[in-house]
Amino acid sequence: MGRPRHHWIVRVTHWVNAIALTIMVGSGLRIFNAYPRFARRGSTFCCYPFEGKSIPRNFTFGGWLGGARHWHFAMMWLLVVNGIVYLAYVYLHGEWRDIVPMRGFARNSWEMIRFYLFIRKDHPIQGKHNALQRGTYFVLPWIALLAVVSGIAIWKPVQLAPLTDLLGGYVWARYWHFVAMTLLVVLSLVHVIMVFAVDPYSLKSMITGGYDEANSPQARNARPFYHLLPNRFRTKTSSKPPTQTPPVAGESA
Amino acid sequence: MTIDRRKFLTITGSSVAAGILAACNSRGPKSAERLLNYAERKNEVIERGLFRHTSMDATISGTHLAGAALPSYFISKTVPIWNEAQRGKWTLEIGGMVDRPLRLTLEQLVALPRISERVNHYCVEGWTAVEQWTGVRLSELARLAGVHKGSEYVDFISFDDGYHESWDIDSAMHRQTVVAYGLDGHMLAPAHGAPARVYSPVKLGYKNTKYLTKIMFLANRTGGYWSDQGYEWYGGV
Repeated sequence: MGRPRHHWIVRVTHWVNAIALTIMVGSGLRIFNAYPRFARRGSTFCCYPFEGKSIPRNFTFGGWLGGARHWHFAMMWLLVVNGIVYLAYVYLHGEWRDIVPMRGFARNSWEMIRFYLFIRKDHPIQGKHNALQRGTYFVLPWIALLAVVSGIAIWKPVQLAPLTDLLGGYVWARYWHFVAMTLLVVLSLVHVIMVFAVDPYSLKSMITGGYDEANSPQARNARPFYHLLPNRFRTKTSSKPPTQTPPVAGESA
Repeated sequence: MTIDRRKFLTITGSSVAAGILAACNSRGPKSAERLLNYAERKNEVIERGLFRHTSMDATISGTHLAGAALPSYFISKTVPIWNEAQRGKWTLEIGGMVDRPLRLTLEQLVALPRISERVNHYCVEGWTAVEQWTGVRLSELARLAGVHKGSEYVDFISFDDGYHESWDIDSAMHRQTVVAYGLDGHMLAPAHGAPARVYSPVKLGYKNTKYLTKIMFLANRTGGYWSDQGYEWYGGV
């Protein structure tokens, strides 16, 4: 096997992150259920449509408020340390070039959307990741940062009052913490769905590192769930000369 | 040995799903308890390191007082009320590692230098409430009693069916930690801990003992009603 698609540090931190984030979300939702609203006592809150509605218990973890808090305050260290290891690796090893949006990012994203909507026939040429993935993998660490900062702000609203004030006070900091969590969950779910729908081979590559470029979505001209579609939609790469946008600097492998 | 892709996905998918389903709403594995306790001890070290006597709670200007919306919690079956006929006059006892043990009546407590401050209440459940608390700084009571140097902990004991919570001395001596007897300009109602209670924004609500009868300055920590049931002992904000 040649050079693995994902370095072992990326593979380990990915799965540690998957477990730690799941526990953080589950325990966080159990904590939230102790007071499933944002309004200060004797007040109202403008911006949450489900005030007072509990999260279904099956989406929670920790069993009870105290237990969930212990899990939350223990797992946060694993999550943060793991995140720092991953980001340090990506930075020092130059792999951020596969993730940070480069020149042509907006156009390439648009082309991906057009392809997924069957407006465009051929899969746009991409490097390791397509433009939509790039955008997602780039924005995730920033949302995670918001989750961490807002989490610290509601953990220590008196001792670290300036931080809490920066986020608009305790009530708003708690809200931003919830918003960040929601975004992380939504993007993670889309990520998991797309792995199975577009590139199931990437699952193996995130475990063993091995990946055959011949199976890449670009090579297979794969749209989400395309293998489940009737045959007439399953267009392989057209035999005509390529009409897609030429590779853009930074987008090529 | 090779597993085909379909089988691999089925196995991975179903084992992950089974794992998540099994974990749903659970307390997690029993074996994790030691790790969680370890994390709690380490977190306490960090929280104590972050603690500053100069860090003050402030409320956002224009915030309404919670007033009647402030929940009232107690552990007795009914609102605990000090029965003078049975137990004599209520007094607050201050003892333990002190030069001058004190026994203050409510009148004596009210006569001491008071502060009246509008602060947040931080509940472990995640809600906050703004209230105006009136009372005597605990640091003032400690000064009057002459607390010994080696007193690292304070136990706040109530007449609410054995309720008590012990604190680290630093949080107790914070300038916003008071023995409160007034709420929003009125004498404390039985629902909120009359005749007097501990109040401080530097601790979560459950650490603030209501229906206070006794303050003990101690060398060792003595747990607490909620701490003994598994909530964090430190409970700092």
